[in-house]
Amino acid sequence: MTATASSAATSGVADDRPYLEVDDLRVQFKTEDGIVRAVDGISFALPRGRTLGIVGESGSGKSVTSLTVMGLHNAARTRITGSIKLDGREIVGLDDEQVRRMRGRDVAMIFQDPLSALHPYYTIGKQISEAYLVHHPGRKAEARKRAIEMLDRVGIPQPKKRADQYPHEFSGGMRQRAMIAMALVNDPSLLIADEPTTALDVTVQAQILDLLEDLQREFNSAIIMITHDLGVVSQVADEVMVMYGGHAIEFGSVEQVLRSPQHPYAWGLLQSVPSLRGNAEEDLDPIPGSPPSLINLPSGCAFHPRCAYKMVGGGPCDLEVPELLPTADAGHVVACHLPENERRRVYEEEIKLGAAQ
Amino acid sequence: MIRYLIKRLVLAVLAMVAVSVLTFLLFFAVPTSPAYVMCGKQCTAHDIAQTEQRLGLDQPIVVQYADFMKGIVAGRTYGSGELAVHCDAPCLGFSFRTNEPVTSILARTVPATTSIVVGATVIQLVVGVGLGMVSALRRGTAFDRAAVGTSLVGASMQIYFFGPILLLLLVYQLHVLPTPGYTSPLADPGMWFEQMLLPWLTLGFLNSAIFARLSRAQMLETLAEDFVRTARAKGLSRWRVYARHALRAAITPIVTTAGLYLGAALGGAVITETVFGVNGLGRASVDAVNQLNLPVVMATVLLAAFFIIVMNVVVDMLYSVIDPRVRLG
Ligand SMILES: Nc1ncnc2c1ncn2[C@@H]1O[C@H](COP(=O)(O)OP(=O)(O)O)[C@@H](O)[C@H]1O
Ligand code: SF4
Ligand SMILES: [Mg+2]
Repeated sequence: MTATASSAATSGVADDRPYLEVDDLRVQFKTEDGIVRAVDGISFALPRGRTLGIVGESGSGKSVTSLTVMGLHNAARTRITGSIKLDGREIVGLDDEQVRRMRGRDVAMIFQDPLSALHPYYTIGKQISEAYLVHHPGRKAEARKRAIEMLDRVGIPQPKKRADQYPHEFSGGMRQRAMIAMALVNDPSLLIADEPTTALDVTVQAQILDLLEDLQREFNSAIIMITHDLGVVSQVADEVMVMYGGHAIEFGSVEQVLRSPQHPYAWGLLQSVPSLRGNAEEDLDPIPGSPPSLINLPSGCAFHPRCAYKMVGGGPCDLEVPELLPTADAGHVVACHLPENERRRVYEEEIKLGAAQ
Repeated sequence: MIRYLIKRLVLAVLAMVAVSVLTFLLFFAVPTSPAYVMCGKQCTAHDIAQTEQRLGLDQPIVVQYADFMKGIVAGRTYGSGELAVHCDAPCLGFSFRTNEPVTSILARTVPATTSIVVGATVIQLVVGVGLGMVSALRRGTAFDRAAVGTSLVGASMQIYFFGPILLLLLVYQLHVLPTPGYTSPLADPGMWFEQMLLPWLTLGFLNSAIFARLSRAQMLETLAEDFVRTARAKGLSRWRVYARHALRAAITPIVTTAGLYLGAALGGAVITETVFGVNGLGRASVDAVNQLNLPVVMATVLLAAFFIIVMNVVVDMLYSVIDPRVRLG
């Protein structure tokens, strides 16, 4: 799939310039308990036709990152610094109205739970046409036609009839398809999918991912796939960013991150995924300990309290924040104090046997 | 939808029958014979027996209930011969103390009460819900804090405290309003309005406080819903997100409460009428209780129950119009 997607990216659009460029993005919320540093200096770039997977346990800042790209945070209580460029245009600091015009037209989003994400009192058709009408004012009949077309395109049978039904009359999978239809109705260049399959059962999950891949090929859009499921990432992503405590701690192609991960946290994620380990439900190893508080992140490497390989006691892990540094493999970057050859050795000798395939 | 409505109506009728039976039984639990009360001071056993016979109180309770129900449908005649009094359908009993059918008392007093309740409800919906919504949208601002503070005071304020203060100030000190009372709006709409204004403001503003708090909480909850985030993600304008998406969902529980609150407003009307000396149903029933004029008390209890049951049905119907999950479920 990667091959198809990347060829689409090079052939579909004239320029190879990334559509989305995020640079040193920081997002902080002021709360009564203190400042939540939900995203703390992440950078990535994503061209059209490519998919970036963002993985991490819950609370690692994945959703905050995506909502920031959508401009959906309450400006009064959120501090955003760094840069987010969409097609070369800076959106951090842009006024509300201008960001609003881009939302749903240039960037669209689908959410985890399609039942709560759809309005219970409006028909599916109305909700999709509304998404079209905001950006194409006054074209009512056309909007309805588009809605039915999109429902058909995402594989909903009898789209004309279904358009007049309410969300509660749809099954979970059909609702997510409708959600996708709504997101794609304006043909956005970037689609952000925040855990789009987490609430669905496994067969439906696979269908939805297939559908997204199909649509990506057709529309040549960039996709950010947010998930805590490495199985999903391995199926759809070209690049992967692993997040921990608001930081990116490993970044690379899907082969690099899933076949030869170098960060101990990524190893932990890999070992806690059942789908990558066949039917080994009984010997799953969840990462011990719990995700850190983003108000009071552990010193040094935020993962050190949970890390089996930490070097502490004069060592760097509890004192210095590890930087995201290149490895011998071009494009693969890792933030860990362990020397690279040591990381490769540990992965090959201790981790690989248990995980993957 | 049709089946739902029919089911709901059948339930309402059953509830009405149950209430009427209960009310009837309750009045038999009253230790004093109504006949004795009606008869006055010097009353012989013969007089009482005669009155009881006229009222049908010598009949078994089942027969009395049947007579009462029949009276509602077809009217009835109390006593016979010279002393006979006729009570036209729908006959809800006869007030021997004032020598008129209970329905005449109701006809005289219901318009005033209806005026008070409807006016106060309009105020509490417009002012209360409006205030609550605006303060939810301006959460944390000075406006919000002022609104929350005011509604806290309002919600803990009582009519019999707030009412007399307004009365003293606006009517007796500043003379900007006439003494409250009831004039038919058909006869003199200006007078009707001026006389009703004080009861409306008092009851309406106090209930507004409750609605402001409810609406604010409801709106804040709705604004945090996923579908509101979806609406914003589509690029809808702020105003459209609020009006079409958030408000639409937040209003549902408010409608329910408003409907049920009309029942409570009846209770509020009793106090309001007493405070302002308006001749309404509330005051009539308080008088009837004081005089142990049981037919009147019973009719007003039934009427109130009927009203509350009808409001419940109306609320359910509105609910099904607003929420397709109810309509289609
Ligand atoms: N509006 C907000 N105000 C304060 N804290 C927030 C807000 N949104 C998210 N957070 C916090 O930021 C952290 C990251 O959240 P999120 O990005 O939703 O995690 P996830 O990776 O599971 O998607 C969490 O600790 C969350 O509590
Ligand atoms: S920096 Fe140290 S604590 Fe952090 S992941 Fe690497 S080895 Fe573990
Ligand atoms: Mg999330």
